[in-house]
Amino acid sequence: MNIKKIEERFFRVLMFCSTVIIATTLMLIIFSILYKGLPSVSWEMLTSTPKGGFYFGKGGGVLNAIIGSLYLSLGATFLAFLFGLPLALYMNVHLIKHQKLVNGIRFVLDLLWGVPSIVYGAFGFTIMIFFGIRASLLAGIITVTLFIIPIMVRGMDEVLKSVPRGLLESSLSLGSTQAETSYRVYLKQCIPGVITAILLSFGRAIGDAASILFTTGYTDYIPTSLNQPTATLPLAIFFQLSSPIVEVQNRAYASAVILVTIILIISILARVFSSKFHKNKINF
Amino acid sequence: MENPKIAISDLNLFIGKQHILKNINAEIPSKKITVILGPSGCGKTTLLKSLNRLTDLNTDVKVSGSIMIDNEDILTTKRDITDIRKKMGLLAQRPYPLPMNIYNNIAYGLRISGRKNKRFLDKRVEHYLRQVNLWEEVKDRLRDPAAALSIGQQQRLCLARGLAVDPDIILADEPTSALDPISSQTIEEKFIELKNNYTIILVTHILRQARRIADHVIFMYLGEIIEQGPAAQIFENPQEEKTKSYFQGMFY
Ligand SMILES: Nc1ncnc2c1ncn2[C@@H]1O[C@H](COP(=O)(O)OP(=O)(O)OP(=O)(O)O)[C@@H](O)[C@H]1O
Ligand SMILES: [Mg+2]
Repeated sequence: MNIKKIEERFFRVLMFCSTVIIATTLMLIIFSILYKGLPSVSWEMLTSTPKGGFYFGKGGGVLNAIIGSLYLSLGATFLAFLFGLPLALYMNVHLIKHQKLVNGIRFVLDLLWGVPSIVYGAFGFTIMIFFGIRASLLAGIITVTLFIIPIMVRGMDEVLKSVPRGLLESSLSLGSTQAETSYRVYLKQCIPGVITAILLSFGRAIGDAASILFTTGYTDYIPTSLNQPTATLPLAIFFQLSSPIVEVQNRAYASAVILVTIILIISILARVFSSKFHKNKINF
Repeated sequence: MENPKIAISDLNLFIGKQHILKNINAEIPSKKITVILGPSGCGKTTLLKSLNRLTDLNTDVKVSGSIMIDNEDILTTKRDITDIRKKMGLLAQRPYPLPMNIYNNIAYGLRISGRKNKRFLDKRVEHYLRQVNLWEEVKDRLRDPAAALSIGQQQRLCLARGLAVDPDIILADEPTSALDPISSQTIEEKFIELKNNYTIILVTHILRQARRIADHVIFMYLGEIIEQGPAAQIFENPQEEKTKSYFQGMFY
């Protein structure tokens, strides 16, 4: 057997092993969540807020955390999108001739991406103290927005920067301005990738506990305004998991099942939505 | 030359420290086909793109000299660059259709100029698709994505889309190099038809194509214009050694 064949076989085995290891780990995680959580998922769990004695294994549910998590993550994803999309487009269309600057921005965003979310939480908390704001939905949304903006912008940036120069030149030579090129051409070409970036950020937003620990607080009630503290699923899981009572611990897993299901539903909806646009994408 | 459409004088273009276009002086006749010839890397594409200032998109470009189009220096004009670009349709080496359906590819340029009337757009879309012999092939699927067309059809679509913004000049950079012989022929025939109304500047590597359709020829070598003039004169009786050896196929 020659070297080429050995090399070929080595890499094939390597790829196979990695795939198996990753797939089984994911399956194990999902299986253990479902195994421990599913039996405790009930209608009551989904539709009611904690009642007296909830934290000792009595009646009630985590509706407060479900609603809170949705408010928080949808709000933050929306805000991050509002600022993130124009920034990503600006980097790739307007700043096309300033590659050094763009690479600088990318570098900073990558650094911010690597900062642990607890640091964002601490930063948000410091700002809140400075302005005398207490833990609230609004403070949480702002903190999480800051935390996911680098993820969203870099996600969009990666797809936008793969748009070939020829398409930019075509659009400009038709007399488009840079803004028209951004929103009518680049965005259309990249919608599937942009949606992936939004989803990725949404997943991080709804799943993160550390950034909201100090900023959003926790409560048994469903928030009725932006100024109220708000419960969230990750913290619900965290608090319930640290309880010594088995029923409460199982509810933590049930909450995890709910969290995963929400992410699943939103992902599927977004995919269905994005497939509508996929057909117009040009494969260069 | 009487009333050239474009007059380039002392054009120098640098990208970083690289001197890419050197002292370009040229006149491009109105409503004729001007072919730019020259070996690979000699600056044909760069010269073409500097005409509608797409070279502005490069990092670190420095341009000096002047490019007069209809007696206006486009390098120093105060007018909006998008107005200047609208005067020129661009056809690239391979087609870059816009990520939208066939109809909207043509209507796009009209819409961004504020023409939004549906009846008007329908008429114009049909008109330009007919002009590039595409109408019969796509009239039943105008709402299909442009991506679904063949490369040859896409290139004709790109030509139609460029014509739809009503330019005076067509810039074509090896527009047939990715196409099959039939599509190439269609594009060539279109160019001959279009020169009645448009000034066409064509970059090509195909000498036979140049001989077939050129009225005026510019021969470039290493960023300089070596020779230029009426096609018959350049092809029959080239003056410069470099031109001669290029025509004999000594280098590409
Ligand atoms: N963005 C750029 N940065 C640096 N150098 C460049 C850039 N674009 C082009 N060049 C250089 O300028 C010279 C001319 O390039 P150009 O693309 O105009 O050649 P061309 O005549 O069109 O060649 P071809 O026939 O292969 O298309 C080449 O040496 C090329 O390497
Ligand atoms: Mg070229």
